[in-house]
This record gives sequence, C-alpha cells and structure tokens, in this order.
Amino acid sequence: MITGHYGSGKTNISANLALEAAENGEKVTVVDLDIVNPYFRTADLKDMFSQKGIELIAPSYANTNLDIPALNFDLERIASGGDVHLIVDVGGDDDGAVALGRFSEPLNNCGDLEMLYVINRYRYMTREPHEAEELMYKIEAASHMKHTGIINNSNLGSETSAETVESSLDYAKELSERVSLPIVFTTAPARLGMDSSRFKSVNVLVKPIWEK
Amino acid sequence: MKGNEALAEAAMRAGCKCFFGYPITPQTELAAYMAKNMQKNGGVFLQAESEIAAINMVLGAASTGVRAMTSSSSPGISLKSEGISYIAGSDLPCVIINVERGGPGLGGIQPSQADYWQATKGLGHGDFHLLVFAPASVQEMVDMVVKAFNKADEYRMPAMILADGLLGQMMEPVTFPEIAVEMPDKSGWAADGHKNKREHHIINSLYLTPEELEKTVVDRFARYDVIKEKETDAELYLTEDADIVVCAFGATARVVKSAVNDAREQGIKVGMFRPKTLWPFPEKEVQKACANASKVLSVEMSMGQMVDDIKLALSCAKPVEFFGRTGGVIPTPAEVLEKIKAMGGNN
Repeated sequence: MITGHYGSGKTNISANLALEAAENGEKVTVVDLDIVNPYFRTADLKDMFSQKGIELIAPSYANTNLDIPALNFDLERIASGGDVHLIVDVGGDDDGAVALGRFSEPLNNCGDLEMLYVINRYRYMTREPHEAEELMYKIEAASHMKHTGIINNSNLGSETSAETVESSLDYAKELSERVSLPIVFTTAPARLGMDSSRFKSVNVLVKPIWEK
Repeated sequence: MKGNEALAEAAMRAGCKCFFGYPITPQTELAAYMAKNMQKNGGVFLQAESEIAAINMVLGAASTGVRAMTSSSSPGISLKSEGISYIAGSDLPCVIINVERGGPGLGGIQPSQADYWQATKGLGHGDFHLLVFAPASVQEMVDMVVKAFNKADEYRMPAMILADGLLGQMMEPVTFPEIAVEMPDKSGWAADGHKNKREHHIINSLYLTPEELEKTVVDRFARYDVIKEKETDAELYLTEDADIVVCAFGATARVVKSAVNDAREQGIKVGMFRPKTLWPFPEKEVQKACANASKVLSVEMSMGQMVDDIKLALSCAKPVEFFGRTGGVIPTPAEVLEKIKAMGGNN
C-alpha cells in the first residue's frame, strides 16, 4: 500500500516497485485506487505495464471525462488472489485514503502487508516533520490502517540534485523518530547515479507530455 | 507544488482576503487549499451555493476595497459571466481564475484552451475587457496571480488567469517572491462605511441616461487604450532567424517549445512566440517575432481561436496556419514537429 500527500510521488514509486518486482520474476498486479486525481495517474502507464507483463487494475473511469469517484473492482478479492505481489497506489492525502478504508479489514488480515507513507520534504504543506506526521495520522484515520514504514521521496522534479536528496535525510529521520517507523528507503533519480547502498535509484516515469 | 495550490498560495500572499468558490474539476484543489488555509491567514473562505453566488460575493467584497478572488473551470466561468460583466461595469478590481477543461457544455475534465475567445472577447454582455494572463508553468502561475491583483487594482478592472487543467494538476518547483503587499488607496471609491464623515460611495453599473452610460464606457475604453500600450507581455524564443514562427500559449507552449528544439536539432529554422497576456494581445511583439518568417503557425488546444488575433496583428500579410487538438486531447511534440515539416520548414 503506497500512501502520501498529493504529488508526493506515490504513482512513480508504485510503478518503479512494480517494474523491479516484475524484473525479479514475480507476478505483479498494480491497483490504481486513486479516486481523487483526474490526471497523472497509474493508468497512464498502462502500455508500459502490459509490455512488462504487469497486470493493471484501475477504475474504468480513469482518464475518461466521467468525474466519478467510484471503484468497480473488489480489492478484497484481488488481495486474496494468491501468489501475487500486489502494489496499491492509494489516492493523495486522507481524502484519497478514504477509498482504502472500505477494504481495511480483509487487508489488515492478509498477513504479509506493508503500508508505506511517501514523503517529500519539498512539498509546500509537508515541509516540517510535524506536518508530515499530522497528515500520516489523518491517512491512518481515514483508511483504518496503520503504516509500517516511510519512503523518503524528497525531490524537486526535474530540478532534483544530489544535494536535494542529501538535505532531506535529517527531515526523514526526524519524522521516523516522531512516529517510530523505519525509513524503508530514500529515493534518488537514476540519472544522478547516487550510491546504491544508501539510496534507491528510481526512474521518472510520470512526467508531462513535453518531457516524454 | 501542484499548480492549483500554487495559485491559491500566491493569492493569499498577494493580500487576497476573500475567496468565494465552488468545486469543479480540474481546479478543485485551489478551493480546497483556500478552505484549509484562508482562515489561518486572516481571510475569508466561503464555498458558495453556486458559481453565480460566488462571483456576486466577489462583487460585494471588491466593492469594499479588499482583494477578492474566485476560481472555476470552463462551465463554471460561463455561469459567472453575468457577475463578471457587472464587476467590469462597476469598475471593480478582482481576480478570476479559469483552469480550463474541454467544452462546450459539460464537456470533459481533461485540459483545454477553448475558452480563449470567451476570456478575450466576450466574457459577459456589454462593451468591456478583462486583463487576461496566460501562465505556462507553475512558477508563472504564482507570478501572474500577484501581477493580476496589482494590475486589477491599478486599472480598477477584473483580471483573469487563463490556465488549463494540465497546469492546474501538474507538480513543479516554485519559489515565492517576497511580496510586500501595497494596497493602493481606494478611499476615493470603496464602499467601506462613510461613518457620517463623507458622501456615500455608490457601486453601480446602472445608468439612467444613455449619454451618461456612453460617457462611462468611452472613458473606460480610454483606459483600455493605455493598457494596450503598456501592459502587453510575450516570450520570443529563437525567432530572430526563424522561417516559421509557431505561436502558442499556456501548457501548449511547453509542447511547442519541445517541438521547436527537436526541429532546430534537425536544422529547421523555427522559433516560438508565446503571449503571456492574451488581452491586451501583444501585437507589436508578434509582429517582431514574425518579422523574418515566411510562415506562421498557431498551435492551440482548441479548434483555433488565438489564430484569429495573430492574423489581425499581422494584417494577414503572412500565411497563418493552424494545428490543434480539442476536447481534452493534448497535442504531442511529435505532432507539432510533423506539422512544422509539412509546412516546408527550411533547413
């Protein structure tokens, strides 16, 4: 389960994790659970997923003109579907996490579950650790689920530098201590070639049409 | 920040004290941000019962001299048009944000620029104009909101930010300029309480004799002439030696710039003209941009609207072609490049 602030990079992280798992030979299903965001969503990556043999489940209204916050699939059944690495891209903020709430009971019982909170210290409304903490608890309240870890995805889009990444570490550490959750990894854009023992290299897959 | 959030934050920093809105995709994050933060900033947020109510609340707030704003997306702006005409007819400053989506009618929720005509030619009944700013990045959204408030006050007229859903929804880094909010003196007209110490200030757009109304409108148009002279703004990109000049505004200009760079790599002499103000339209700037060009192309997310203003500005002295996608479809850099080549872009 990937949660976080609007625009914190949930979709990009979900896609990177899915590709990595698929390359390791796992059977992967990505679920686009976003009911709040009209554009820049997992469903945009449909073609890439299908080339890599990754199953994508998205609301059938995603990327259409029908502005309906509805899910027409059963996450409970998908989650109990057996030997699949399931990655759920949850909508932004507590508003988006509401959709998860409906499935909290079966998901909480499904055992091998990680719920990861994506943070970006450069996001205007979560610049301070206490702001990121407040939002994290709001997401938990809305989803009736508890996070198990933090992904530090602090970035400034195409302007991200090594320094951008490095100077987010204290912020992530402070949040981690405040909420007593581990930092699962800190991301760095692949183009920076940063130390892979310290950072998880990610490709920027979600981008505007003029950068494609 | 997300474009919509940046618009909201910039407005608060520019001294906006009243925001009245109503949700509509793809601008809802703007109103949501205002709902969360306006009160903390000592302002008022109110979700009105409709777009029409919201614009009339802006009229009321602006009448008292405070900085007021509303935002919506295309169908919602149509609903506001009566109120916008009344605001223009009452010589009131305010800022209106349109994060455009596909139309006509309910249309769709994907990005569009098909409200160009509406914004620049006919946003309401009667003889009047709005200042119209067209940002092409999240940073420009911030800068233009501040400018819109300042210019609206300076000229006592409504100003619009004409953005599109793509800009509203996208994430980009922004910096906020240090804004020292300097409110102009509105004591000569604002209806902020006479306290029995002065005559009533009356905010009104009704005139009982045609001669009086004519004079008011003519005086207003004299002000518009000053604005046309002083307030145009545009970006000229690689136009000096360009054989083809591609014109685009807003998010489409980002696509076009990418196509221009690709064409240049192939040795094609092409440049870009990007108006930052749509009214007043930067006529002198487009004439300068196209001075050495043999052909001009307008690329828009519509069936072709700005293209008319380019033809007028160039007095139809050069062929002006059009390429567009509409209904929420975004043109790609590859499509624009193909069109440039089809126009016989010379190496």
